[in-house]
Amino acid sequence: METLIIILIGILTAVATYLILSRNIIRVILGTAVFSHAVHLLILTMGGLKKGSVPLLKEADAPYTDALPQALILTAIVISFAVTAFILVLAYRAYQDLGSDDLHALRGTNDE
Amino acid sequence: MFSVNFAIIFPFIIAALVPFLYRRIKFVHIGWFVMLVPITLFILLARLIPSVASGKTFFHTYNWIPSLDINFTTYLDGLSMIFGLLITGVGSLVILYSIFYLSTKESLQHFYSYLLLFMGAMLGVVFSDNLMVLYVFWELTSVSSFLLIAFWNHRKASRQGAQKAMLITVSGGVAMLVGFIMLHTMTGTFSVREIVLSIRDFTDHTLFLPTMILVLLGAFTKSAQFPFHIWLPDAMEAPTPVSAYLHSATMVKAGIYLVARFTPVFGGDQVWFWSVSVIGMMTMFWGSFNAVRQPDLKALLAYSTISQLGLIMSLLGLGSIALNIGYSADSIIYTQATFAALFHLINHSTFKGALFMVVGIVDHELGTRDIRRLGGLFTLMPFTFTIAVIGGLSMAGLPPFNGFLSKEMFFAATVQISNADVFSLQTFGVIFPIVAWIASIFTFVYCLIFIIKTFLGPAQPEKLDKPIHEAPVGMLISPLILCAFVVGIFFFPDLLGKYILQPSMASVYPTFGDPKELTPSIYAWHGFNAELMMTIGVIVIGALLYNQLKKWKPVYGLFSQKYTFNMLYNSMLSSTEKGSTIVTKGYMTGFLRDYLVYIFVFFIVTVGGFLFYSGAFSIDISTDASIRVYEAILVGVMAVAAVAMLFAKSRITATLLNGVLGYSIAIFFVIFRAPDLALTQLVVESVTTALFLLCFYFLPEWKRETSSSKTKLTNAIVSIGVGVVVMLVAFSVLNYEKFETISRYFENAYELAGGANIVNAILGDFRGFDTMLEVVVLFIAGLGIFTMIKLRAKKEDADIEN
Repeated sequence: METLIIILIGILTAVATYLILSRNIIRVILGTAVFSHAVHLLILTMGGLKKGSVPLLKEADAPYTDALPQALILTAIVISFAVTAFILVLAYRAYQDLGSDDLHALRGTNDE
Repeated sequence: MFSVNFAIIFPFIIAALVPFLYRRIKFVHIGWFVMLVPITLFILLARLIPSVASGKTFFHTYNWIPSLDINFTTYLDGLSMIFGLLITGVGSLVILYSIFYLSTKESLQHFYSYLLLFMGAMLGVVFSDNLMVLYVFWELTSVSSFLLIAFWNHRKASRQGAQKAMLITVSGGVAMLVGFIMLHTMTGTFSVREIVLSIRDFTDHTLFLPTMILVLLGAFTKSAQFPFHIWLPDAMEAPTPVSAYLHSATMVKAGIYLVARFTPVFGGDQVWFWSVSVIGMMTMFWGSFNAVRQPDLKALLAYSTISQLGLIMSLLGLGSIALNIGYSADSIIYTQATFAALFHLINHSTFKGALFMVVGIVDHELGTRDIRRLGGLFTLMPFTFTIAVIGGLSMAGLPPFNGFLSKEMFFAATVQISNADVFSLQTFGVIFPIVAWIASIFTFVYCLIFIIKTFLGPAQPEKLDKPIHEAPVGMLISPLILCAFVVGIFFFPDLLGKYILQPSMASVYPTFGDPKELTPSIYAWHGFNAELMMTIGVIVIGALLYNQLKKWKPVYGLFSQKYTFNMLYNSMLSSTEKGSTIVTKGYMTGFLRDYLVYIFVFFIVTVGGFLFYSGAFSIDISTDASIRVYEAILVGVMAVAAVAMLFAKSRITATLLNGVLGYSIAIFFVIFRAPDLALTQLVVESVTTALFLLCFYFLPEWKRETSSSKTKLTNAIVSIGVGVVVMLVAFSVLNYEKFETISRYFENAYELAGGANIVNAILGDFRGFDTMLEVVVLFIAGLGIFTMIKLRAKKEDADIEN
């Protein structure tokens, strides 16, 4: 299972990297979203998969699955949501003011 | 008893307070308050003179970073006493002078802050025993000198002069730092005293010679020795009190201090002897030779300072020979060169300080310091004239002024060294008295130029903007006090010798027994000997040369202006700027994609390279959990969805595919026993997808990527590389079992935090602070989004946006 998931993580990372290297700003943002998916899976996998029951003390019996990666991922999901929302609105505002969603066109002046 | 560490810190504290004081105190010149600092310190130091003279030293240490052997250690001995007294003594006089020199319209709070900063740093240099701390203060003097030279920063020449001084002295300082680190590598300590004690065991070390050269580079750049002297004339753009203080009396003598301090370490070595004495001699000659042709009084004094620094430097070099010969009745005679160096160091500060103040007075009262516009001032400026004559004749080496005594000792030392029979001096030694004598002739000539062209001859009031008048009394007090020293030292030199110079000789020659033997009695009259003949020769030939100045001045035209050190410096500076512009423009393309490629390639090379290099990579699939069919299908769906995103024709498709990925991950969270994550993921994924679709309403339709196929290929290779490296790292980490997991701790959540849900207990309790900051991040992001949507620039601010 871990091997399979790690290969999936590799694919997701490669796709995300390719998207981030694009010129279109929406593709870049999608790339960051895919990146966070890959990283969440990565953290979870590093804790070991299916090694125990749900980490709810009253509901299940020991051994429990590793709860620390889960806590980290929960934080990461929320933060990545905030970042995605922020850069989406940034793209919106940049398009409003500058009239382009092409990162090459947003480069600025040449004499800098 | 006061600690010397306090003396270093005190000016820094006051420097920080000056701007606040300045705002409060409007009715009186802030300089009066600032002046109390050096006066206090001078008195405190002066009270220690008798105990230092009796051979006592003061040592005080505060542990700072003991693990790195870096401690704030101060050491007060004879040598640092001389400099401490000069820094605080001349500092008091210069501040007194500056009160009348700078009007209250100038930004005085900056001026005095910088000046106190310098004073603290300079005291730090001379009192620090720890080399690392010494280095920090050393560079601080460069920084404060930079700030002071560029004090009138609206002038281009000031800024350039400051930059030049900074670049040259700091590069020398960095060389010195490397030297210090090498010293530590050799001897295992940063303490100068300990190095002096143990260095004899390391003279054959391979690092010994490089260390010496690097330390000398620091000293030579700071003390404006040939060919690094070019920054000092340009530094004269500073206000004159600064020139008098930093660039003649104290900061440029830091290099002298360093050489004197390191004489017991490196002295006795042939390379040290030759480089210090020959560079000093060259500097002395070149400085005096160039001073003659300067039409600007301040430039004349700058070159004269270079020349005098060279004189002191060469004397220290000559004196170091005694350490080679060792302590014997014969070698005592060679220590007299060092004695003369320290003696002249004090004398130079007195007469050169006075002369700088004279130039400041002339510049301040008449609006010019160009000797072609000056002349005949002596009738209308009698006090200034008197000071100029006393200072000038002392610099020329005439009695009854202190310059005569040290100049004679200098001649004696050069004659003495030509008779030594080590370092093949019997062949080459004769150059020392000859160069010394020729340089002294030029010194005599420029002293005459300084006095006669400015104060004698016909007055030229039509060339001046202001009427000729004497300076206010306040400006005359400081130079008159210095003149009192110039004359006083001539008549009572032994007082200085016994209380100030004798203990410092013990610092330079710690192995030479009783310092009393090293302290000669100084006599003005010592019969018709070689040095007196040399002085008479200087006067005769010098007067003759001055008389015939017009005839031989064209000699200076022979030197092409194309091949000066200044041109070399300028071309180096501009070519560095050009080169770095080309390099920077080469990779700073302005395209986000390029920067990301750098980051990703760096990641692949370092992380992947390290895995390969360290052999950390390992795959072990034996411990894997089992795979069910539906899990494999889910993985397949995700892989297809991900790859399909790359080929999506419309942005809606791409976003929905991203949604597929998100929801699939939520399912995985369920499978992998993470219900909290699954819930959160479902909510967040729904909101994110909605947000994307909402934004699409405002954004243009997705255009085809128009990048070249070469760019696309690079992108693909980089992407696959990143994916592979992440996989390899994941495999390696998964099987890395060297550390015990810390997760077992959290399973005690109910007892520790009262929560049955371990994940919630971690977030809300164990890592509660972390979660709180996460909320802050969310808040900031929300604030940013709100601002970006709501706030628009007003019409009149419109160009700010562009």
